[in-house]
Amino acid sequence: MNHLEALPTWAALLTAFFLVLGAGLTLIGAIGILRFRSFFERVHAPTLGTSWGTGAILLASTICFSALGSRLIVHEILIGFFITVTTPVTLMLLARAAIYRKRTEGKGEVPPRSLLRLPDRPASTSTPPTV
Amino acid sequence: MTAAILLWAVAAAQTMLAAAMGCSAYRLIRGPRAQDRVLCLDAMYVSAMLLVLTVGIRTGSSIYFEAALIISVLGFVSSIALAKFLMRGEVIE
Repeated sequence: MNHLEALPTWAALLTAFFLVLGAGLTLIGAIGILRFRSFFERVHAPTLGTSWGTGAILLASTICFSALGSRLIVHEILIGFFITVTTPVTLMLLARAAIYRKRTEGKGEVPPRSLLRLPDRPASTSTPPTV
Repeated sequence: MTAAILLWAVAAAQTMLAAAMGCSAYRLIRGPRAQDRVLCLDAMYVSAMLLVLTVGIRTGSSIYFEAALIISVLGFVSSIALAKFLMRGEVIE
């Protein structure tokens, strides 16, 4: 382990702290997946891992490689930006799909569609397709 | 001394991430509905990406960074495709 011994003390301690923090938060999120009862509670749990879990481990990686290379290395921001942008898109699509599936089953576990908005538009009054 | 602390921290982080993948895999197998399985697949992708990053810190090479980037991109694409499939019944309309 040559490169780990070459790290200065502050960088090693910061890297260790952020590694354990990020991994612990990801583990808490995974335990939340395991223990929550319904899907709509469960969909919140992995965001722990994608927000501060990913952020802390990327920060640890940045600190480690910056101290090793004696210059600032920030290409971990790429992963962080990508995860931050894509996780809400994925989870919102998934939650919408789950609501749609539960509604089409019709067991009354989710509220019906017309509680908060107008009833469905009549499709025939729209402009006819020009194809 | 600090190298030993860092080694133990890396080992603890790898253990915790592997346990997180195990929790997700359990729910992936047991999950009552298809959307639970897709959610757990997404969580497993993120955990695997973090695990690869941790291995990269341990070995000190930057190849693992690119592997983690590719894993995150593939996880996003596959989760979107599966969510679209659950919504519509087909991926490309």
